[in-house]
Amino acid sequence: MAAAKFETPALKAYPVIPLVAEGAMAHSKPYVASPAIQQAIGFPGELAEGWEERAIAKMGELLGKYRSLQVYMDTCVHCGACSDKCHYYLGTADPKNMPVARQDLMRSVYRRYFTFAGKHFPKLVGAVDMTKDVLDQWWSYYNQCSECRRCSVFCPYGIDTAEITMAAREIMDSVGLGQKYANEILGKVHRIGNNLGIPEPALEDTLLGLEEDTKEETGIDVRFPLDVEGAEVLLITPSADFFSEPHVESLIGYAKVFHAAGVSWTLSSKASEAANFALFIGNYEQMRKVSMRVKEEAQRLGVRRIIVGECGHAWRVAYSFWNTLIGPFDWLDARYPVPQHICEFTYDLIQRGAITFDKEKNDDRIITFHDSCNVARASRMGDMPGGQFVIPREIIKAVANHFHDMAPGTIGESTFCCGGGGGLLTDDLLELRVKGALPRMEALKTVVDEHGVNFMAAICAICKAQFSKVLPYYGFDMSMIGGVHQLVSKAIRLGEPH
Amino acid sequence: MQALAIGYAFLFYAATAMLVVGVALRLRVYARAPAPLKIPTTPAPTTTGGVALRLTREVVFFESLFKGSKWTWLFGWTFHAALLLVLLRHLRYFQQPVWAPIVFVQFFGTYAGFAMVAGLAGLWARRFLVDRVRYISTPSDHLHLALLLAIGLSGLTMRFVAHTDIVAVKAFMLGLMRFSIQPLPADPLLLLHLTLVALLMIVFPISKLMHAPGLFFSPTRNQADTSREARHIAAWATALEEK
Repeated sequence: MAAAKFETPALKAYPVIPLVAEGAMAHSKPYVASPAIQQAIGFPGELAEGWEERAIAKMGELLGKYRSLQVYMDTCVHCGACSDKCHYYLGTADPKNMPVARQDLMRSVYRRYFTFAGKHFPKLVGAVDMTKDVLDQWWSYYNQCSECRRCSVFCPYGIDTAEITMAAREIMDSVGLGQKYANEILGKVHRIGNNLGIPEPALEDTLLGLEEDTKEETGIDVRFPLDVEGAEVLLITPSADFFSEPHVESLIGYAKVFHAAGVSWTLSSKASEAANFALFIGNYEQMRKVSMRVKEEAQRLGVRRIIVGECGHAWRVAYSFWNTLIGPFDWLDARYPVPQHICEFTYDLIQRGAITFDKEKNDDRIITFHDSCNVARASRMGDMPGGQFVIPREIIKAVANHFHDMAPGTIGESTFCCGGGGGLLTDDLLELRVKGALPRMEALKTVVDEHGVNFMAAICAICKAQFSKVLPYYGFDMSMIGGVHQLVSKAIRLGEPH
Repeated sequence: MQALAIGYAFLFYAATAMLVVGVALRLRVYARAPAPLKIPTTPAPTTTGGVALRLTREVVFFESLFKGSKWTWLFGWTFHAALLLVLLRHLRYFQQPVWAPIVFVQFFGTYAGFAMVAGLAGLWARRFLVDRVRYISTPSDHLHLALLLAIGLSGLTMRFVAHTDIVAVKAFMLGLMRFSIQPLPADPLLLLHLTLVALLMIVFPISKLMHAPGLFFSPTRNQADTSREARHIAAWATALEEK
């Protein structure tokens, strides 16, 4: 099935909230997972007779297990503060992409089966029965949310649409309706160890190649160790860092930082993936199982610290959930936070003067920084709130001379998602991805026009892949996107070649 | 006359019971559902004191709404602040003698009634004028505003246009609190005002009005950002570890 043609939105001089265009994205749907994909991760193969009751039963179960879902189903007053905050609404104008309307797709079913008003006065409160038509809308619109939490910043009750999207996907998976992209990847993580399905020999080969390339570039033997027992640090990084551009440039950056700091480190072939797509489908058991690989490998290799590479949602899972899912970490070195972000590690070295830079080497770049949603609104770096905004920027300023932030309402806690997060980074959703990138592209265009920005740094594998794909749709060069450690890599001093 | 007083007395006893029991039951549901993962919207406070401060800012200033929509904040905050003053003013019907702070608030509470109605009118106007808000508004949203506006307008009318016998009203209310039913003036405007207030109390626990206590149970707002420092595990999740 060829993707339907669509128009890339025009970049306007200043952001305009679009007028509601009903049904504008009703056709957007991801591929459905095959029965084999579903069953491999413990879900029913396909939608079967009686799914309606099972879906409602699952909803009841989740309401009892997640206070967030229960409270958020009740407390929305339809004030509309979130209505112009979602990048997918701003890019598509489809009103069901307003966070409140997306939530209402579930809330209307919740009301029908779980509330007095909805049971007895359904029309009055907009309660509806669980039908195939409702499920179809769920399928479309709960796969148009990247779980970026921007809406939750502005909601007077902190209602987080991500929690509701996760619950909806969990309910759909539980009745046999799963998303091919995300669920196929989860199967690969369990079977092979990473999302890309790279087997151990291929990974080893790649890392040896990187050692040769780096030697050629710097004249120095920078190592890319794999499965080294007794290393100090286990690095858990997205598998895109091994094979994709520009991701691999950051991996080279991490290796150089470890080299310059004299810290022994290793990658693991069995836990060669930081990403945890179970977050996207809201499945606690899967999220725990995927995380458990990291613990098992860290213990097998006998490392004393765990550091996480540039990956947004992986950092959310690692920072916010690992301690709960696979902790406590009392068997690791208590002098360092567990887990630690690679940016925290590098920043600490910079502050101590343990690594130094030739900033001029990045002089050809005029840089801006894209805060990745999961890092910005669902995690932290350092020991103060908001450290996740400060630390990456301080690293960039330490390794380069030209830095300009994008407009305040588009960075920090108000940052816009790249448009490809939350398990939507698949070509069957390309129209959504391109349109969802609009708010970020507008903010980028402003700094391009005003400051001549030619490089947007990010610390997320999904952001990097998404922007590589969508930048050209808006007339930008795809190589404008790269990692923070890509900049570090360019400027770091490694000493004399030997 | 007597039948009227008895009828309204039972209406208010029933409405109060439904409000108190209904809200308590909802809060029990919220309290019993665990929050199995740390999900504060970051940047978030790292201490319990910081969380208390964050919630206080939400309750007193509507901080997040202010970030989200200045117009909605203006109308919403005005309405809620005015409603508080009006409620405080009405406490005089339930006290003899009246507390000094309640005496002090009478003047402000009187004029806050106008601010309350203005705020409600602004909020309702948004439901017609802003296409996004129009799209999400349900009949229930309009009825809530109509109910509150009717309560405000009937109250203001009794205060400024057609006075009712407030001495008798106070005797009735004080009587209710001592389970002794006193006569209630058969003033249609007063009866309308009281009926609507009772209705508001009854629908509170089964409607979106639960947003008020709900805020305190919102994990994105009431959790401290201590994920790396403290383990945070729900009972049902602990059971997974024993498998």
